[in-house]
Amino acid sequence: MNRLEKFNWPGWLVFGLLLLLWELSARGTPKLQLYFPPVSQIFGALVQALQSGPLLSHFAVTLMRFCAGYLLSALLAVSAGVVFGHFRSIHHVFATAIEFLRPMPSVAIIPVAILLLGIGDSMIVTVTIYATIWPILINTIDGVRHIDATLVHTGQTFGLSHRQILWQIIVPAAAPYIVTGLRIGLSIALILVTTAEMIIGSKGLGFFILDEERAMNSANMYAGIIFVAVLGYLLNRVFLTVEARALRWRHGMTARDAA
Amino acid sequence: MLGNKHPLPHRSSIPLFSPFVSILEVKNLSKSYRQAGGQMTAAIGNISCKVEPGEFISFVGPSGCGKTTLLMTIAGLLAPSSGSVIVKGKQVDGPPPNLVLLFQEYNKSLFAWRSVLGNVRFGLEARGDRSAGAAQKADALIEMVGLKGFEKHYPWELSGGMQQRVAIARALAYEPEVLLMDEPFGSLDALTRLELEDSLLKLWAQLKTTILFITHDIEEAIYLSDRIWVLSRRPSAIMQELDIPFRRPRDQVATRADAQFMELRNRIYRQISNQSSP
Repeated sequence: MNRLEKFNWPGWLVFGLLLLLWELSARGTPKLQLYFPPVSQIFGALVQALQSGPLLSHFAVTLMRFCAGYLLSALLAVSAGVVFGHFRSIHHVFATAIEFLRPMPSVAIIPVAILLLGIGDSMIVTVTIYATIWPILINTIDGVRHIDATLVHTGQTFGLSHRQILWQIIVPAAAPYIVTGLRIGLSIALILVTTAEMIIGSKGLGFFILDEERAMNSANMYAGIIFVAVLGYLLNRVFLTVEARALRWRHGMTARDAA
Repeated sequence: MLGNKHPLPHRSSIPLFSPFVSILEVKNLSKSYRQAGGQMTAAIGNISCKVEPGEFISFVGPSGCGKTTLLMTIAGLLAPSSGSVIVKGKQVDGPPPNLVLLFQEYNKSLFAWRSVLGNVRFGLEARGDRSAGAAQKADALIEMVGLKGFEKHYPWELSGGMQQRVAIARALAYEPEVLLMDEPFGSLDALTRLELEDSLLKLWAQLKTTILFITHDIEEAIYLSDRIWVLSRRPSAIMQELDIPFRRPRDQVATRADAQFMELRNRIYRQISNQSSP
């Protein structure tokens, strides 16, 4: 319950020790510093890149693409998942296509997307949507299917229409599953945005990382990587905060169920 | 008190030719369903009965006798195989607006994402009451079922008995004329059960709701009801109708200690247990 409020001292200590280990081993091998610079140097590069500007503008581009892709896929996948979960016959018709497309590594469609959409934002956003849809869709379908019949009967006996039952009972009851899908989708969306940027970009954090690598500025490259890592971490924190509020009613329920 | 200002007929003064409309009538109801193997199973044989407004009636029967199927059919959640259910003169072909079914499994029926207040307000919202007065009605109901102070709690934070109280308050908020109850206290411990029986009787006396109650607990049925219908094994049929004479308000100790209470109990028990197995 206090997962968010409590500061994890031992966790951060271990993390700090790992950074220290990196720093010391990098300093101990000066010949490798071109590929393996000490952390202090990387942070120096990070601060400089932030101050001189390029990193922030790359970040803005990546964040915008991420938000567009993630939010659109969430919207599409949750609506489709509710429909598929609720109307089995509709799901039945699409099931084979879903089972074929879902396990395919999503990056495989990047060349197709380039052919059809060129190398702009729309291509990156499209690829992100495509990849992010699956975990959200599958979890939403699962959640809707797992709803106890008694819950639906309750809605019926209170005279609710089909549509009211869908929105007032089925969607909130499936919310924990939907949120799980949304959380998995979060990291997938970030992976796809950075990967796509590495392949076709002239902007964005993915492009920045690869560009600095090609220019042999390894400190800058690592700075970019750390920036993406921090971005992923922060997005997850934001998500957990929102989740804790939205699913406040669920706190402790799992512990109690297990007892 | 009614006097001349209200020239409404007493029951005795209703002309003979006027159709006396029961609040609930079941006519030659039967229900069969196909099992997984493809075989047809008859759950309800042929049931006919009439419930008058304000009555408290219980069906008692052995487990697996099709009680739940019967109640679901009366509630319009299942279609009968033949026969009909008539609520206030209208044939049921879907959940009727003036009737609500309360389930045994309160933990599955309550909305986990709504607080106690939210669950009770659902009953009001469901019949379109979003007025300012709705909040007060919800508060009053919560107080009536003894949950004052727990308005903001979520269902998982409450004991089983309290959860079923929330479900009862939610059902009453819908202001049904008929309340169907499917073994509502079946999964509660014995003491909580007695407590809830008395709470229910109090609410029933206050609100004058017609209650059709299902239980396999013979004593519970006798304690609560005006009339009892004893059901046979499946395909279930009414084997006997019994009037329960004890005056109200009833008392968990005195009423149950009555010699007639034991006599009724034994009579129903013999009738249920003496049936030859199918």
